[in-house]
Amino acid sequence: MVNYIWVGLTIIGLVFAAINGTMNEVNEAIFKGAAEAVTLCISLISVLVFWLGMMKIAEDSGLLNKLTALFKPFVRRIFPDVPSNHPALGYILSNMIANMFGLGNAATPLGIKAMEQLKELNGGINEASRSMVTFLALNTASVTLVPTMVIAIRMKYESVSPTEIVGPTLVTTILSAIAAILIDRFFYYRRIRKG
Amino acid sequence: MEIISGISLWIIPVMIGFILMYGTFKKVPTYESFVDGGKEGIKIAVSIIPFLVGMLVSISIFRASGALEYLMSWIGPGLLAIGVPPEILPLAIIRPISGTAALGMTSDLIATHGPDSFLGRLASVLQGSTDTTFYVLTVYFGAVGIRKMGDALKVGLWADLVGIIVAIIVVTLFFGAN
Repeated sequence: MVNYIWVGLTIIGLVFAAINGTMNEVNEAIFKGAAEAVTLCISLISVLVFWLGMMKIAEDSGLLNKLTALFKPFVRRIFPDVPSNHPALGYILSNMIANMFGLGNAATPLGIKAMEQLKELNGGINEASRSMVTFLALNTASVTLVPTMVIAIRMKYESVSPTEIVGPTLVTTILSAIAAILIDRFFYYRRIRKG
Repeated sequence: MEIISGISLWIIPVMIGFILMYGTFKKVPTYESFVDGGKEGIKIAVSIIPFLVGMLVSISIFRASGALEYLMSWIGPGLLAIGVPPEILPLAIIRPISGTAALGMTSDLIATHGPDSFLGRLASVLQGSTDTTFYVLTVYFGAVGIRKMGDALKVGLWADLVGIIVAIIVVTLFFGAN
């Protein structure tokens, strides 16, 4: 999917430039765009190093595990089909916590582990179970406490207040997570009614 | 509103303070842990360079050619009528598909319109508040061999749409519409 969008954007741009007579601007844009991307990544290093360093302390001190325990009763309600002591719940929770703290790289393997457990719970068939759909919905709306990369980008482009979007982002992410759970429930009950 | 600004101002310092005190209390070698974790940050920043170069070049071509402007002149009025700033549409479309591509678009919007403009703030909130549905779908379901996805895609995309609407409303309420 992303392949088509990427090629599409580029080719449409090139064709458009040929018709529109903006080839000069396009030539400039190619090299400017590439340079911009590299300087952006370099400026992301500062925030990423600092944040992931902090998160490593949180992990080593057992703080992340503590939070996992705190969220357990809440997650159990969202996944009524998963027995309360099943390892799937643990992986789901760790995945959520990792996402919450902006640890995307750590979240992915945990999410896959959770899916493995959910599949086993579903008898190992290649069909998505109710809990899997719920897990996916929760993940796509992933609650983020501190959007570190966004803050770094805002800093690079000289925002007066780079962190001013943290509160609004938190409100948005919580509301859309609730919406995701409700949408998931809606589709579930619709499936049941259909039989 | 004031509570939310307060959260923006306090959440990072409070988290840092708490993590450091908790780590010290639990006798973690805090500084060594920090350095160890920080190395991961360099790896991530360097590893996303190719993704961003590819996407930003493509977006730059699309914009410089005049194609973006043309597209906006077509769909802009309709979107504006329902309260959606048309410039956000490309980001809204790509956000569920690719996280790094969306990161490229977000930084392009912030660079073009300014981080403290309505669009810059909306792009910031949108980038920070949702995750990539297709990534989760292909990676998670793919890794464990789920072929029949049921309602998963529908649920994910509806949730994304609601997320975009919520983002527009929250940013408008919070910062005003300009």
